[in-house]
Amino acid sequence: METIINITVVDREGTEHKLEAPTDMNMNMMELCKSYELPVAGTCGGMAMCASCQIYVLTNHVPLIRSEDEQAMLDEAWHVEDNSRLGCQIQLTKKLDGLKVELAPYVEEESDDDW
Amino acid sequence: MIETDIIIIGAGPVGLFTVFEAGLLKLRCHLIDGLPQPGGQCAEIYPKKPIYDIPGIPEILAGDLVDDLMKQIAPFKPGFTLGDPAIEIQETENNHYIVTTKSGIKHKARNIAIAGGLGVFVPRKPPVPDLKKYEGKGVEYMIKDPEIYRGKNIVISGGGDSALDWAHFLADGVANQVTLIHRSQSFRAHPDSVQKAMNMASEGKLKLLLDAEVKAINGNDHLSEIKIKSKTEGEITVTADNWLPLFGLTPKLGPIANWGLKIEKNAIQVDNATDYSTNREGIYAIGDVNTYPGKLKLILCGFHEATIMVQSAFKRIYPDKKNVLKYTTVNGVNGFD
Ligand SMILES: Cc1cc2nc3c(=O)[nH]c(=O)nc-3n(C[C@H](O)[C@H](O)[C@H](O)COP(=O)(O)OP(=O)(O)OC[C@H]3O[C@@H](n4cnc5c(N)ncnc54)[C@H](O)[C@@H]3O)c2cc1C
Ligand code: FES
Repeated sequence: METIINITVVDREGTEHKLEAPTDMNMNMMELCKSYELPVAGTCGGMAMCASCQIYVLTNHVPLIRSEDEQAMLDEAWHVEDNSRLGCQIQLTKKLDGLKVELAPYVEEESDDDW
Repeated sequence: MIETDIIIIGAGPVGLFTVFEAGLLKLRCHLIDGLPQPGGQCAEIYPKKPIYDIPGIPEILAGDLVDDLMKQIAPFKPGFTLGDPAIEIQETENNHYIVTTKSGIKHKARNIAIAGGLGVFVPRKPPVPDLKKYEGKGVEYMIKDPEIYRGKNIVISGGGDSALDWAHFLADGVANQVTLIHRSQSFRAHPDSVQKAMNMASEGKLKLLLDAEVKAINGNDHLSEIKIKSKTEGEITVTADNWLPLFGLTPKLGPIANWGLKIEKNAIQVDNATDYSTNREGIYAIGDVNTYPGKLKLILCGFHEATIMVQSAFKRIYPDKKNVLKYTTVNGVNGFD
């Protein structure tokens, strides 16, 4: 049985990355990006508590319905659009074959060198 | 000047456990952390979540692990400089290092263990124009002294516990007026806390602006007004002495990047074949902050790194002293007086 699907991630510079994603490793979109060393922090480990994994969904593969926690986090995130989702809340399944997403700007972009 | 054997930068689980392993070798430690409490990510990000992969402990809450580590290291009487990030490292002529914190406290030792995890926790700042211009002039991300808001007009943004807790506190007889702005109708904060805010709003103590967002801030030398976009009411202007955007903290490598260490992908390169030393002699990096081929950012890996590292620190301090591995079972834990 084929367990690999293809997903395209557009990074913050606009470069497209074609990723082969396993559907049998219990992975989500945030983790997939990290496994390819794309610049996604995933600070909260996938608990919908940091929004560092925000992505824009560019195809019709993923329902744009958000869980309550996810919505609450996005309510405190920036650059949120109608097609925003938290990558950590999107589990990789076969249905996502062909999905295309774009990384949202950095969370800490505005947090400068003020420590 | 605080003097010790090992200065540990970062009081996360790995920094804390370093004190124990150093203590077994009779080395003293002093911990520095930018956060006001010890525990690093475990305390700041997920204190109430369970961890299942600490060897021999089937399940433990992250906060409880920190408490237990604090108990475990207590006999070795570590020093703490908390709520004060380490900013600068200077080398002295006689092979010591001096670490200076933001508030200016100086610490001196032969060895430094950087256990800085993902870096210093900085406030998440909303992308509002001119934000920087008003920082410290009305815009604040952390409340250090609530008294300075007495009698003032305060606007708070955020939907988490910290935003709501401060809204309750300041609206209860401290500030002249408190307006809480949140982009939604629902909150991330604890339901009891949300109910309290609703009650205060209906009593007229707190002004709630939901489905709304701060779009611009204005003033001369100091913040004086805030422009808000509301889904229902359109553009609103509120006069304000202070705006407190309370959106939590996010880690950033921060000052560590300026210490002349080899950095790769936001982490410090170390020699994992020997002692987790960096490119600067006597400076080690352990836990989440380091990187080497095959690195895993796990607590148990950090504990191992700390244990190996203190042996090397010992040899730097006492090059000629014999030292042998002892079991705690046989020798117990002999703390410091
Ligand atoms: C949600 C979540 C779940 C996790 N679950 C697990 C799990 O189940 N098992 C597991 O093994 N790991 C888990 N981890 C990872 C684990 O928490 C980290 O590996 C661990 O915290 C690393 O410890 P540390 O001491 O190296 O760094 P940290 O815990 O990150 O602590 C570093 C400390 O250094 C401080 N610091 C940084 N720079 C400076 C400076 N310049 N001056 C002063 N202080 C500074 C920071 O304020 C921080 O307190 C999880 C992480 C998250 C976020
Ligand atoms: S990883 Fe933190 S919200 Fe997704």
